[in-house]
Amino acid sequence: MAVTTKATEFGMHTEQLAGRSQQRFFRPEEEERFTYPQSFEVDFKKKAQFDAGPLSISEINLKLRELMSQGYGSIVMKNPGAKHSVAVGILNRLNLTIEGSLGYFGCGLLDGPNVHIKGRVGWSCAENMLAGTVVIDKNAGSTFGAALRGGDLVCKGDVGARMGIDQKGGTIIVGGRAGAFCGFMMQRGRMVILGNAGKNLGDSMYDGTIYVGGKIDGLGVDAVPAEMTDLDVQWLERKLKKYGLEAPKGAKNMQKICAGRQLWNYDNLEPAEKKLIL
Amino acid sequence: MCGIAGLIHRGKTGDVGREMTAMLKSLKHRGPDSTGYALYGKPHGKELVIRFKVAEQDEMSKGFKIHQQVKDRHNEVRRRLEEMDARIIDDAEATEYAYRLRIEFDGDLRRLANFIEDVEGAEILSIGHGLELIKDLGDADQVAGQYALNDFVGTHAIGHTRMATESDVDIRSAHPYWAYPFADVSVVHNGQLTSYWNGRRALERRGHRFVSNCDSELIAVYLADRMAQGATLEDAMKASIEELDGVFTYLVATSDSLGMAKDVMAAKPMVLYESDRFIALASEEVAIRSVFPHEINTFDPYEGEVRVWKS
Repeated sequence: MAVTTKATEFGMHTEQLAGRSQQRFFRPEEEERFTYPQSFEVDFKKKAQFDAGPLSISEINLKLRELMSQGYGSIVMKNPGAKHSVAVGILNRLNLTIEGSLGYFGCGLLDGPNVHIKGRVGWSCAENMLAGTVVIDKNAGSTFGAALRGGDLVCKGDVGARMGIDQKGGTIIVGGRAGAFCGFMMQRGRMVILGNAGKNLGDSMYDGTIYVGGKIDGLGVDAVPAEMTDLDVQWLERKLKKYGLEAPKGAKNMQKICAGRQLWNYDNLEPAEKKLIL
Repeated sequence: MCGIAGLIHRGKTGDVGREMTAMLKSLKHRGPDSTGYALYGKPHGKELVIRFKVAEQDEMSKGFKIHQQVKDRHNEVRRRLEEMDARIIDDAEATEYAYRLRIEFDGDLRRLANFIEDVEGAEILSIGHGLELIKDLGDADQVAGQYALNDFVGTHAIGHTRMATESDVDIRSAHPYWAYPFADVSVVHNGQLTSYWNGRRALERRGHRFVSNCDSELIAVYLADRMAQGATLEDAMKASIEELDGVFTYLVATSDSLGMAKDVMAAKPMVLYESDRFIALASEEVAIRSVFPHEINTFDPYEGEVRVWKS
């Protein structure tokens, strides 16, 4: 009950603030029977590194899988060369450091690993991530964290357009500027933009919360300003500190954007039908 | 989908042919149907370079007469150039059906272009003091090999790998587009213009003609028309963001500049690398990394953004 109250204070109406995201999709009795076919038990103390430069995309992902199957829990990938679809579908705990930049669709469909990318990422990084953390030192392309379901996705530089489109949970943090249409059709989760935000921010958002430290070029339909609470400030300060970031004018001076809920067309539906849609 | 790429050396020349081939090779997966280059060399006084073809690639394997027809058409183009008082300095066969002419000409370029294109099968790919536009079916390796482009030295270039969606797989529909009949203006484009026919009719009413049904050609002619009216390249590009409807990211090149524009939806990708001496842009970072294998700082230009660089 306390969890529900906290979520409501955040301006969110559906999100529970604890637990791995996958637990939300299965009943406990189902979860016990559920296993990921390519999920490995790894030891963080077992370390490995490899050069991705001469490898194809498939070979890079197979190499990662091979190392994880051998129990390596701390892996360093060198020279990724901005290749696409690298480090996708990792469904277990892992400390992965990528020394370089990724192309499109990097780190998609993750559930559990902590990834540190020392370069830039292209479009759709960490799409559909369920749990874990992805931290990018430089810039990110458009559709960053599209349909994110859980975990923390952090870009310390600037991000392109349509970040967190259809975000369903988790947290996205941007150290710099973000492009237009961020948070479009956002359904749950939190988005933090420390710099300026482009036009149509939070357009048609159903739920979730967006915090902006800089100037907002324009709010989208049904995205409305909300009042910052002490809980917001505490959460922001804690979360930003974790990733070595700071709001330029302090967390308490950030703007908070929530759904106005004037566009909620699901109110005529039965709860079971609502669940199907969301 | 299509892939586009551009590069410019500031204050010096470079191996733009080889560099553009590397970039386009790494974008092959975005469009394998045809590949095109607009390469800009150092202009030689008033001398103009004309790149033209007198047949499509697939025509060469059809019929017994095509080889003689190609020769006849080529000779007719030469005859018409002489009739227009153009002095032919050099005439080189780039392929069986495509030619590169160096000429001296002081007259009306539109009239000259119309007169040449009136020859059956003839299509001018480009006319310019620095511009040489080459496009053909196949990937970058094939086209670069066929036209010996890897030795081209110049200041800047744009290129395109095409996935045909709304027009044919032929040279006429391949990119880049020369802004007929404006010297040295070329465009590559990734996206789709929804205002194509309205825009085309408006420009046709102003006396412009189009050689294809491809929406990318509209951008080239639109920009050149604006510049002919006195607008700077940057102003013409900014106007295009407002006036052209659809989703697009395009690159434009003139004799001394390279420009990039992205529509207000930012729906099409573009990655940019910028340094004091060199600028490279492409639909994907892998293309830029084919020229710079080491780690570099790149970023995505934002929605509605226009940028222009001088060589």
